[in-house]
Amino acid sequence: MLHIDVDNVSLLYDTPAGRVSGVHEASFGMEESEFLCIVGPSGCGKSTLLNIIAGFLAPTSGEIRIGGKVVTGHGMDRGIVFQDFAQLFPWRTALENVAFGLEMKGVAKAAREEIALKQLQLVKLEKFARSYPHHLSGGMQQRVAIARALAYDPALLLMDEPFAALDAMTRDEMQRLLAEVWRETRKTVIYVTHNVAEAVYLADRVVVMTPHPGTVKTEVPIRLSRPRDPLSVEFLEHQKQLMRHLSEQAAKV
Amino acid sequence: MSAFGAGARSFRRAAVTLLIAAALYEATARSGYFAAALLPTLPAVAHALWAMLMDGTMLRHASYTLYRVMFGLGLAVAVGLPLGILMGRIPAVEHFFLPLVSVLMPIPSLAWVPVFILWFGLGNVTTILIVFYAATFPMLLNAWSGVRSVNPLWMRAAGAMGANGQSLFWKVIIPGASPFIITGFRQAFLRSWIAVVGAEMIAASAWGLGWVIFDAKEFLNADIMLASLAVIGCIGFGFERLVFGSLERATVLRWGMVRTAKG
Ligand SMILES: Nc1ncnc2c1ncn2[C@@H]1O[C@H](COP(=O)(O)OP(=O)(O)O)[C@@H](O)[C@H]1O
Ligand SMILES: [Mg+2]
Repeated sequence: MLHIDVDNVSLLYDTPAGRVSGVHEASFGMEESEFLCIVGPSGCGKSTLLNIIAGFLAPTSGEIRIGGKVVTGHGMDRGIVFQDFAQLFPWRTALENVAFGLEMKGVAKAAREEIALKQLQLVKLEKFARSYPHHLSGGMQQRVAIARALAYDPALLLMDEPFAALDAMTRDEMQRLLAEVWRETRKTVIYVTHNVAEAVYLADRVVVMTPHPGTVKTEVPIRLSRPRDPLSVEFLEHQKQLMRHLSEQAAKV
Repeated sequence: MSAFGAGARSFRRAAVTLLIAAALYEATARSGYFAAALLPTLPAVAHALWAMLMDGTMLRHASYTLYRVMFGLGLAVAVGLPLGILMGRIPAVEHFFLPLVSVLMPIPSLAWVPVFILWFGLGNVTTILIVFYAATFPMLLNAWSGVRSVNPLWMRAAGAMGANGQSLFWKVIIPGASPFIITGFRQAFLRSWIAVVGAEMIAASAWGLGWVIFDAKEFLNADIMLASLAVIGCIGFGFERLVFGSLERATVLRWGMVRTAKG
């Protein structure tokens, strides 16, 4: 049985101007501990699809199964990281942010702070445990958000362009860090991006989406050994291959 | 360190402004164009203030006024805060109360004084109710806006982490709305402070800062009137800066949810 099964999922948004397709008949499956990237042009429905998997939106048709169980709403088997730095709670320190999920689970204060501190160590921010988010840089805030989403040990980590708003150098650093975190935790990850190099660097497999109204066009496995070298010939080959898939569709529109 | 420097600088600036205003007043008072009884010099005002402080009457007037403000403000917070929050969360509550709020809010609280006197007579009940009336709307409206302005991303993130009902309310919505709620406290206090003085002029008997001013008019005691005005200004300013200022520093400023006010 597949760990995650996205089965023919569509969603229509009701807007004052009529119904707008958010995502159209998307399907893919995932094994446990797989790192999957979804790439596609802006507006194709990546965020919509991720929000359906997270359980924030209900699909108009189709369904999502996690471990065989149909998703009907959000739940603690999934952690989510958004693009916007403002996702952290400004009234909580980094540590308190990371401990939030455990607090909701009813874990005692000492225990949850210990776990939260470990998670902060994982993203190399233990020194900033007592800082409030507004004293942290954008990249640090996103690392706290990752630690926060991992802290209550969800089976599936969902990430929606978490590094898209960072400068290029910080983004490279974040990608390296995330690859390390993933190597240590072996979470099942769905990572949305429109950055092809990022997908090749991180993913075991890349799902390519068509432009709006988006559906899954093709899947490309990335069988490169880790840690990956973005300057290697094979890396660039994969990157080109993905680019071709994306530009073919753009040409068709 | 720099915050302290900025604080000292703004304090100096404020002191300069106030000193210039005082000097202009003093020059006018001493110019001889106006009767000294109508425009007493600052030393005369200071003398009247000193006398009232020493015999304890000023303290008693101020205590009455503060008591009415605190009582009315407490009621306003007890009603306006939960109601505003409910309006922000539950559309049915919003639909029911919004028309009522829209109709009542533009009525100046002092316009109610004669009505309240008719219903409740002179004294504390009327003045407290006027304060309550003046303070409720700013509290309510700010709580309402605050709840509606809570970043939906916080709600989503919290929801994904298993927060619901009570925990979502206390751990996300309330702190998320806190900049507005504190602004609500602040505005409610200021409105109360303005309203209580007006209400006391008409509806208080024997005690209260507003009453002193009105009563002093009978005897042409301009020095007492001005001394009381100074006390009203100082208490209002002090509360604003000390109570609400420290509340902000301990919460929303510390969390970076609002920027430091200039000055
Ligand atoms: N809340 C919404 N209401 C109406 N239409 C929406 C909404 N959110 C997204 N859409 C539309 O759905 C499509 C997919 O959006 P989105 O999932 O955000 O794309 P992506 O994340 O790939 O950029 C877009 O055409 C967008 O205009
Ligand atoms: Mg998006």
